[in-house]
Amino acid sequence: MNARLRWRKFVSNFMLTMTGVCALVSVAVLFFILGCLVYQGGTSINWDFFTKLPVPVGETGGGMANAIVGTGELLLLATLFGVPIGFFGAIYLAEFSGSTTAFVVRYAADLLNGVPSIVIGIFAYAVAVAPFKHFSTYAGGFALGMMMIPITLRSTEEFLLAVPRTLREGAMALGASKWKTIATVIVPAAYRGILTAVLLAVARVAGETAPLLFTAFGNTYWSRGLKDATASLPAVIYSYALSPYEDWHRQAWAAGLVLLVLVLVINIVARGILSRGISVPRS
Amino acid sequence: MATTTTPVPDASPISGSRTFLSRLTDGDEIARAITFVFAASVVLITVLLVLSLWQGSVLARHKFGFSFFVTQVWDPNAGIFGALPFIYGTLVTAIVSLLIAVPLGIGAAIFLAELAPARVSDTLEFFIDLLAAVPSVIYGVLGIFLIVPLMRSYIEPALKKTLGFLPLFQGPAYGIGFLTAGIVLAVMIIPYIISVSREVLLSVPRDQREAALSLGSTRWESTWKVVVPFARTGIMGSIFLALARALGETMAVTMVIGNTPKISASLLASGYSIAAAIANEFNEASSPLHSQALIELGLVLFLLTFILNGLARLLILATSQRGSGMGNA
Amino acid sequence: MKRIAGIAFVVLGLAAAVWADSTLSINGAGASFPNPIYTKWIADFQKKNTTIQINYQSIGSGGGIKQVTEGTVDFGASDGPMNDDQLKAFQDKHGFGILHFPTVLGAVVPTYNIPGVNAELNFTPDALAGIFLGKITKWNDPAIAGANSGVKLPADDIVVVHRSDGSGTSYIWTDYLAKVSDEWKAKVNKGASVNWPVGLGGKGNEGVAGVVKQTPDALGYVELIYAIQNKMPYGKVRNVAGTFIKADLESVTAAAAGAAKTMPDDFRVSITDAPGKTAYPISSFTWLLIPQKFSDAAKRDALKGFVKWMLADGQNEVEALSYAKLPKEVVDKELKALNNVQ
Repeated sequence: MNARLRWRKFVSNFMLTMTGVCALVSVAVLFFILGCLVYQGGTSINWDFFTKLPVPVGETGGGMANAIVGTGELLLLATLFGVPIGFFGAIYLAEFSGSTTAFVVRYAADLLNGVPSIVIGIFAYAVAVAPFKHFSTYAGGFALGMMMIPITLRSTEEFLLAVPRTLREGAMALGASKWKTIATVIVPAAYRGILTAVLLAVARVAGETAPLLFTAFGNTYWSRGLKDATASLPAVIYSYALSPYEDWHRQAWAAGLVLLVLVLVINIVARGILSRGISVPRS
Repeated sequence: MATTTTPVPDASPISGSRTFLSRLTDGDEIARAITFVFAASVVLITVLLVLSLWQGSVLARHKFGFSFFVTQVWDPNAGIFGALPFIYGTLVTAIVSLLIAVPLGIGAAIFLAELAPARVSDTLEFFIDLLAAVPSVIYGVLGIFLIVPLMRSYIEPALKKTLGFLPLFQGPAYGIGFLTAGIVLAVMIIPYIISVSREVLLSVPRDQREAALSLGSTRWESTWKVVVPFARTGIMGSIFLALARALGETMAVTMVIGNTPKISASLLASGYSIAAAIANEFNEASSPLHSQALIELGLVLFLLTFILNGLARLLILATSQRGSGMGNA
Repeated sequence: MKRIAGIAFVVLGLAAAVWADSTLSINGAGASFPNPIYTKWIADFQKKNTTIQINYQSIGSGGGIKQVTEGTVDFGASDGPMNDDQLKAFQDKHGFGILHFPTVLGAVVPTYNIPGVNAELNFTPDALAGIFLGKITKWNDPAIAGANSGVKLPADDIVVVHRSDGSGTSYIWTDYLAKVSDEWKAKVNKGASVNWPVGLGGKGNEGVAGVVKQTPDALGYVELIYAIQNKMPYGKVRNVAGTFIKADLESVTAAAAGAAKTMPDDFRVSITDAPGKTAYPISSFTWLLIPQKFSDAAKRDALKGFVKWMLADGQNEVEALSYAKLPKEVVDKELKALNNVQ
């Protein structure tokens, strides 16, 4: 074994260890944050937290039931609005479009992604609230859905394009039309990645406050339907965390923990219900 | 499109010409039309957003014109508004966050995709995705109470001692400022890089790796020189996602950047970003000129994102070769 | 099977969400400073009036003014009175005016963190203005030391901390500085967001408090409630009568009583630097903004009932949360003004 080979092996081991370090650092940060949330807010989590409405400061026994349900509703509406646009748009980019259209659409999606969430909120207010003169859960879902589009679109497109040419050509050789190839071969092959992209998009908007301030507004009571304003976990966290009361601070941390658990549950349920066998074997 | 698709011969009669009706009912044409509508709606939404911002900032644009870009004063009472310090702060924090997050993120993605056993990789990925869901106000509060003291007491003094000859690391160390904001942003954008890059790396066909290894490359060489370039555009895509997030982040940044509309060479100094300024002042904007100036700031951020995206794509175009299986950016 | 269960779950959830009921629902938006007491009032008021649901969200005073003008909420709340332009905008849009009703009193206090100094410091108006203008830069400057004989102040640079977000707190603080310093009034003037000559910006009271607590030699300002609830040290400020007053509930109410005599009928008044021996000089009202006319009689009566209750029983609840009561003269005036809401 000559010196050059030894060097290359050393570099290989070193760099691969470094990647392990990177992963470790990233994961450590997450567990640290989770730990902080549990430590600060864990004591505030009890059955009331999940079932009762908020009470004024100084009183005990309140909860965030309406905010939890509100966040669930908002995420559902956002997904129903944003994911189809991102998903089908990505199919167009990957399968049908010419390169100029693709360039324009991708650029637009990247621009949309960079818009600060408060500006999205202002826009959603102008479109979905001001003309109707009241705040609504629909408007909140619209604002969040807009934010989900870029991640869904760009990532889905990448995963569709990553499907090997051999699969496409195989399908076509068997006489499948294009849309059939897409529906039965390409999308299932890219399924894992697409699901990851959608769940990432959901995670992205789950913690957003600013777009909701002017759309879903907030509600100290149960919202009376999707046409009504609704409470949401991020909005409650925001107003409690910046308040003067220690008790509300702890509830804000607890709400943060609940939000993360909610997203985790969505992840698990979605992968459980929607996952399928992958046709492209993992390398 | 790089993946050439041989056109599928249609199912219509052998006579050749396709009637309008047959095209209307042809599955492929319908699919193309439907998906086109969705793709177009993305552009539509973006254009509407820009128009809305354009209309909403008319007063400010007429009053300031191009001087908005170069004025350094932001005075709501005197009615003078200039975007330069905010542009500077946005760029600096975004660059710092990318410098930290991209190497860390890609490294972690490589580890998770290439080295970690499947179960470990999936579980860790699950948790890393959760990082994307943490509300930014929580990042902000953690930033103020954990990162800022750390920066002020240990890291910034250490930087000043070792690298203090650079104008980048001079001035009083408060703990809040560009550097801290960049670090907090890095934590926030890493999940996007790791998550998407990992999936793209996983989708690289096994034969690429095996070909490299069979030619005698080490594990690292096959990864770095063959697999990663193959997944190049996907990784770049994830960086775009991360960059966009960094440019638009409001809450966490405003809690640790110091919110001072000034341009300083030092990373340890206090600054301001466009998104933070809008978030801070929009709710309480006292006059129509004030709120319109804030909306014009939003427009400036759009322009900034536009230019940065363009530069990044040019970079990709200039450096991309046959290596990648897909030539899209 | 899994799919069906999932879909059924979602449908049920949505169905539950659409279920309506027959209570009267009123929306209000605005200032975050009085949010805790408004939440308490609303909850207690509802115990006595179970069919009225008042949903108040603290999106900021400016947001409250904007939304009540737009008509998306039924009433607003603001830490600073609406200015003439905003009043005109409301009048133009709706064809009738909007009325101000003070609800509670708050104060803003100077808080500091000087290593080695535990004493309560005295601040003269000139000292505060000079520090925030950036002209007084060291803690042992004669302008500060002169009022604090007996306290050893270090020769360190003062780190000024202010609010970065537009807020009623900043409005009150700058309003005071504009009154006591001509230079401040000319250079910076008052407002929810101003062009601060020096200092770091913290977001919210939490942000300012956090920065001050962690930065040696820092001086910032926070709401009195915040300082009390978080046990932060804060200094005394000299009032017009020449006494150094520490902010507390009595001195704040005294400031309002002092200003009540000359209060305009629409209650839009600043009570900073108020006359009175025991008055704390950096105090302020916070207001409810109620439109003059209501098309929905039920909403109007409910709101009027709420304000009446708030001026009576409600005032007894404020001190427990560290807000100061309205003086009797102001309460009487408000009850009379309530009749103008039709």
